Amino acid sequence: MLQDKDRIFTNLYGLHDWRLEGAKQRGAWNGTKDILAMPPEWIVQQIKDSGLRGRGGAGFPTGLKWSFMPKQIGERPHYLVVNADESEPGTCKDRDIMRHDPHLLIEGCLVASYAMRAHTCFIYIRGEFVDERNNLQAAVDEAYAAGLIGKNACGSGWDFDLVVHHGAGAYICGEETALLESLEGKKGQPRLKPPFPAGAGVYGCPTTVNNVESIAVAPTIIRRGAGWFKKFGRDNNHGTKVFCISGHVNRPCNVEEEMSIPLKTLIETHAGGVRGGWENLKAVIPGGSSVPCLPAPACDDILMDFDALREAKSGLGTAAIIVMDKSTDIVKAIARISHFYKHESCGQCTPCREGTGWMWRVLERMAVGNATTAEIDRLLEVSTQIEGHTICALGDAAAWPVQGLIRHFRAEIEERINNYRADRPHVAVAAE
Amino acid sequence: MSARRPAKNQPASFEWTPENQAWCEREIKKYPQGRQASCVIPFLWRGQKQEGWVSIPMMEHVARQLDMPYIRVYEVATFYTMFNLAPVGEFHVQVCGTTPCMLRGSKGLNEVCKRVIGDEMHATPDGKLSWLEVECLGACVNAPVVQVSTKESDHFYEDLTPEILEDILGKFRRGEPVKPGSQHPDRHTSDPAGGAKTLIDPALYDGSAARPIGELPNSKPAAPKA
Ligand SMILES: Cc1cc2nc3c(=O)[nH]c(=O)nc-3n(C[C@H](O)[C@H](O)[C@H](O)COP(=O)(O)O)c2cc1C
Ligand code: SF4
Ligand code: FES
Repeated sequence: MLQDKDRIFTNLYGLHDWRLEGAKQRGAWNGTKDILAMPPEWIVQQIKDSGLRGRGGAGFPTGLKWSFMPKQIGERPHYLVVNADESEPGTCKDRDIMRHDPHLLIEGCLVASYAMRAHTCFIYIRGEFVDERNNLQAAVDEAYAAGLIGKNACGSGWDFDLVVHHGAGAYICGEETALLESLEGKKGQPRLKPPFPAGAGVYGCPTTVNNVESIAVAPTIIRRGAGWFKKFGRDNNHGTKVFCISGHVNRPCNVEEEMSIPLKTLIETHAGGVRGGWENLKAVIPGGSSVPCLPAPACDDILMDFDALREAKSGLGTAAIIVMDKSTDIVKAIARISHFYKHESCGQCTPCREGTGWMWRVLERMAVGNATTAEIDRLLEVSTQIEGHTICALGDAAAWPVQGLIRHFRAEIEERINNYRADRPHVAVAAE
Repeated sequence: MSARRPAKNQPASFEWTPENQAWCEREIKKYPQGRQASCVIPFLWRGQKQEGWVSIPMMEHVARQLDMPYIRVYEVATFYTMFNLAPVGEFHVQVCGTTPCMLRGSKGLNEVCKRVIGDEMHATPDGKLSWLEVECLGACVNAPVVQVSTKESDHFYEDLTPEILEDILGKFRRGEPVKPGSQHPDRHTSDPAGGAKTLIDPALYDGSAARPIGELPNSKPAAPKA
């Protein structure tokens, strides 16, 4: 378990002053000029050594990603784009960083941009976060006024501009290339890769896209040392992490803990336990709505990290834990997730555009039992036709929760279908 | 995907207020030369704040201002769901219905809205209230959540019950103030109810973290081997 002295986001709950003076008291902007006096390669190496993996869902090693940027500024400028689109159901951690600890993020933007030789950084924040955007913008204005960013940032000789940009309600803009399209003033439709953003990103220039949390932890890692960050969590899964615990727990909350903490410990220590006790647990979605659920028995000793959850055929994703107790209609709960993906599909790829709606309609029928057992296999089959056959990972994200449901709760769907039919011996099921 | 179409009744024209015109000119300077199209979402959003919704004359105006084909602006206005393509109530209530909110009772909030306001996207006769079910608002540990948009603000109201929401709607209607954020008596923001067990060490807040670091860890070249 993490001790307070090792927490990075010391104002997670906004109980203290989020403005510059308060942030400095808590250690933000401490020694930033010294960090900028080191060569960019050194900073990238520190982040590599810390074992930090991206906090936006995919878990790609952050230092390695930074090293993909060109080593010299060529004809085109470099950009850092911070992904603050946070819209994955269950996830609300970046929100707390932006409204309560914005200076850690701003300092991170400066350090990361310098390390990648970018003189400009855009923070793309989801449109709904209006109050959060106002705090963030106020903090940016303070940082400019104090000379921490802008020309000769922190007196380092490095010029750095930071622009807070916003969307207007589209989950798909969290996908990094859709985000870049949106930032350029277009519909948020993902691009085919390659080219990758490090070659041609925003405005066709070398670009790195990182999650808010990945960037906001960087200055503290460098101040305290890569080894300090690395000592938390298991091999290949290092550091501290903000977890979001929602659903059927007694005290839902966000909390920063160490990676690889057991799920049960996390829920019982910080979220007041499962409503009605651990025995009342039905299932947990451990990493935001995109990952397959885990049935209760699998939750007893699972560790919260990338590798453990992947082995359990789920994923750490955004570390947003959605807890469901025995009162949950799990088919309805997953059907509502399918509705989400249907609503958020950008419509470019046929399997995703058509498949997400089809899966949702079938699941809605299954939730009341108005289906045939053969349709369960057809649903699984359709989900595999979407998975891996689309431009972006939204297709996978829509398929996985459905696959998790069938893997772990097929018996429950069958039972519902049988009960429905027992009551109505003559019903024929309408084809979709 | 959801099909979104502009309202039948459109105003004859659109103009920025002088204050917003000045804001537009400042905003455009944040982007590289020739990349002014990046302003399309911020401009349409500002326009929606000015007028309450996004009209076709507004899209045409923004297209001219940003030197973009009108159809590109139209695409953006219809793609992004926060743009209201028809007028809404003075208090536009967006009820999150996604699974984490559903698990904590968002259906009950929908019912309150149906009873007190009526059908989705139909403002009450006094023009005060309208409502809509939306997808995850990004505040799931404070579920269930609604966002209420007015010309001035877009606050979240969190940890709701049907009773609290009904009370809040009445207050909006009567013009009484409501505190945004968590409506739970024992919560501040995303902290667990009754107070967190973390972030309580006074040393985090006594200024010791601001003391000069001296030398950054790992910043010295490794000593040559003897
Ligand atoms: C449909 C979809 C939505 C996504 N939404 C987000 C998001 O809201 N925030 C985020 O940081 N990453 C999101 N991602 C992941 C990004 O594409 C990208 O991997 C991430 O921003 C990289 O940052 P990281 O390396 O720091 O994790 C999303 C991906 C997909 C496919
Ligand atoms: S997978 Fe879905 S969201 Fe992604 S590009 Fe294709 S249609 Fe759009
Ligand atoms: S599901 Fe309602 S805020 Fe996330």
